[in-house]
Amino acid sequence: MTQLISLLTSAIVFGTVILYGSLGEILTEKSGNLNLGVPGIMYLGGIAGLAAAFFYEMHAAEPVGAVGLVLSFLAAILASMLGGLIYAFLTITLRANQNVTGLTLTIFGAGLANLFGGSLNALAGGVGQISVAVTSRAYRAYIPALAGLGLPGQLLFSFGFMAYLAIVIALIANWFLNRSRVGLNLRAVGEDPATADAAGINVTRYKYLATCVGAGISGLGGLYYAMDYIKGTWSTDGTIEALGWLAVALVIFATWKPARAIWSAYLFGVLYWAYNYIAGLSRASIELFKMLPYVVTIIVLVAVSMRRSREAQPPKSLGLSYFREER
Amino acid sequence: MAEEFAVRMVDITKTFGQVKANHKVYLELKKGEILSLLGENGSGKTTLMNMLSGIYFPDEGQIYIDGREVTIASPHDAYKLGIGMVHQHFKLVDVLTAAENIELGLPGGAVVDRKAVGRKVREICDRYGFSVDPDKKVYDMSVSEKQTLEIVKTLYRGANILILDEPTAVLTPQETEKLFAVMRNMRNDGKSIIIITHKLNEVLAISDRVTVLRKGEYIGDMDTAKADARALTDMMVGRTVTLNIQRDEPVQPQRRLEIRNLTVKDAEGVVRLDDVNLDVYAGEILGIAGISGCGQKELLEAIAGLQPTVSGSSVKYRPTGPDGPAEELVGQDPRSIAEKGVRLAFVPEDRLGMGLVASMTLVGNMMLKEYRSGKSPLVDRKHPHDMAQQIVQELEVVTPSIDTPVRKLSGGNVQKVLVGREIAMTPSVLMTAYAVRGLDINTSYTIYNLLNEQKRRGVAVIYVGEDLDVLLQLCDRIAVLCGGRLNGVLDGRTATKEEVGYHMTALQNDRKEAGA
Repeated sequence: MTQLISLLTSAIVFGTVILYGSLGEILTEKSGNLNLGVPGIMYLGGIAGLAAAFFYEMHAAEPVGAVGLVLSFLAAILASMLGGLIYAFLTITLRANQNVTGLTLTIFGAGLANLFGGSLNALAGGVGQISVAVTSRAYRAYIPALAGLGLPGQLLFSFGFMAYLAIVIALIANWFLNRSRVGLNLRAVGEDPATADAAGINVTRYKYLATCVGAGISGLGGLYYAMDYIKGTWSTDGTIEALGWLAVALVIFATWKPARAIWSAYLFGVLYWAYNYIAGLSRASIELFKMLPYVVTIIVLVAVSMRRSREAQPPKSLGLSYFREER
Repeated sequence: MAEEFAVRMVDITKTFGQVKANHKVYLELKKGEILSLLGENGSGKTTLMNMLSGIYFPDEGQIYIDGREVTIASPHDAYKLGIGMVHQHFKLVDVLTAAENIELGLPGGAVVDRKAVGRKVREICDRYGFSVDPDKKVYDMSVSEKQTLEIVKTLYRGANILILDEPTAVLTPQETEKLFAVMRNMRNDGKSIIIITHKLNEVLAISDRVTVLRKGEYIGDMDTAKADARALTDMMVGRTVTLNIQRDEPVQPQRRLEIRNLTVKDAEGVVRLDDVNLDVYAGEILGIAGISGCGQKELLEAIAGLQPTVSGSSVKYRPTGPDGPAEELVGQDPRSIAEKGVRLAFVPEDRLGMGLVASMTLVGNMMLKEYRSGKSPLVDRKHPHDMAQQIVQELEVVTPSIDTPVRKLSGGNVQKVLVGREIAMTPSVLMTAYAVRGLDINTSYTIYNLLNEQKRRGVAVIYVGEDLDVLLQLCDRIAVLCGGRLNGVLDGRTATKEEVGYHMTALQNDRKEAGA
């Protein structure tokens, strides 16, 4: 039983990272932009948040966790939205190829973040490992009274605030896309920009906004990873990139539905950590187990294509740039 | 005094590149009337209406709405003036419901009140006799439902002036009747409607007045009550122009293709080609005339093995005359047809889509038909290279080199490359669709000469064309398609332009309907 609880809690932490990544990407893709720069944007969000907290803690005489939290949160959103802006400018205004631009952004984000991460580690001196203990503690704070309520407390209330924020964002995104007027217009832009244009919707503005806001949300995944998952440190082992690709896979698995992404993210977490809780696995079979999230994504892709359900398809103009023909 | 005209367009001119799509066109629409805008393909009907709905901006001329001069720079401006257009290609988002499509892009509260939209849609439907289910997804709708939705959408946005671009092209006769009933209801409610069409029976059945365009120019208008089909056809096709195209007597024409009971249905199940029976002879040019979308494309593609046909259809190929052995082409794909030794050349309408690969060089495009020849696993570049060189020289293709991508060539040169390649395979049947569309006079004559040369060599040439003067002066026989049916085969030497025009507009079969 304790084993199961521990699997579920680590699955939720893991799932939260990729949930942010894919919520942002769902929003972006709904505007017809296939941004494969998600891993890079998560890198940008992670390093910006970490750097902001680091410099705050370094210069403040008595660092306060809440201040470090707000600073790093804003820095992460800003940096990842800038990443989104680069992508938006290249693909929407200059009409560059979306796949190439996205992949380039991933490489760029990873390189930049690890460069700064390495420098921060050097700056931190000592063991050569940066640590923003105060801020990280603020991110991981939970209400002990609630978390102490036995099993349900451990399962529901033992996480930092960002785990809950992800669910709130998912529910808001769900409402936004399905109920709100702006969300309706956004979906029309991603499905059929020419029709949206004819209906008086500013296609370029919608694409820009969706891409930048989406990148901001994706970047929070990187922040959560740096602050909560690895407790306010930096490591250049490339885990963020792996998680970023899982976030992209999760978009497909959730068939572009934010509400569905919530439980799918936790399922990915369970699948990813399952090897830890199965006794007697060899090194090789652990790696096989780690493949599971990707395997189920492929199975879902196959199932969706075979069922041909119109509701489970990607936005129709996903990956295509739009320009008005001769006017 | 109340203004009599809802719309007046005066001296409208619109040029695309070198082509004058509209030249000093004049149009007026009275309040509460249905006006037909009649003309052949390429006569500039849709261009004119696109200027009224804000898609294009006129180069010259004035537009008056309710007597006031206006500038219409975007579809949004048109909406504000109460002008709504239903295009031939629907502007609807598949995965959204009818109500969501209607509400798209409109200002309003943060949340779409679907119930209120549904209510208003039902109101409009009840008023004019439409039926639209606001909660139905567009991908579940038939073509006629989508069209209805488009009309409701324009009404919902407050349109008083409706433009329908060939609305009946996609409808069954019953659906057309329903549409006409709704149009009459709208007129009686005070809406002004323009219907673009090239079907005379529809003009006579639905409209109060008719305006005729020909080759981008305004020909005239008249009250439908005073018009008859013959007068309208004459206005549509105009007088005969002499072109001096060379035409030899066919030498011993022999039956090469026997087309029997050829029927084609499209993906939506609509019959595009209806039980066509036609013989094609070697050593003659067979013209195919018809309003666009009457089955010309389907006919050529069915012969070429690109179009699935309804069972019972047959196209027999007889290389050595009517008594020789026959090869059935229906049910085969282009590759297996070629492998049976049938040398079928096809110059399609969509030159850079179906005919050539735009981003490949001249040599590369030659290779597309050649790459399977030879035994070596590597493609032979020598022969396509020589072939490209030869075509450039013989047809005087203007190109920097034979290694230039064809998309950089002008339209006429692209067509020369395509026709040259098809002829180089020494075909026994040569099919061309709108071979001279968009070409200048000189290049057009080059193409006519090439076709004549093929005819002399005993090739069976099929020429699908839109210019009746060319058809009448180039072709030995002219088969006229109308609504997917073969509506007569005329002798190219004796037929008159009016005769072809009548056959194209189905005068024979439709007189009853038109009078009703």
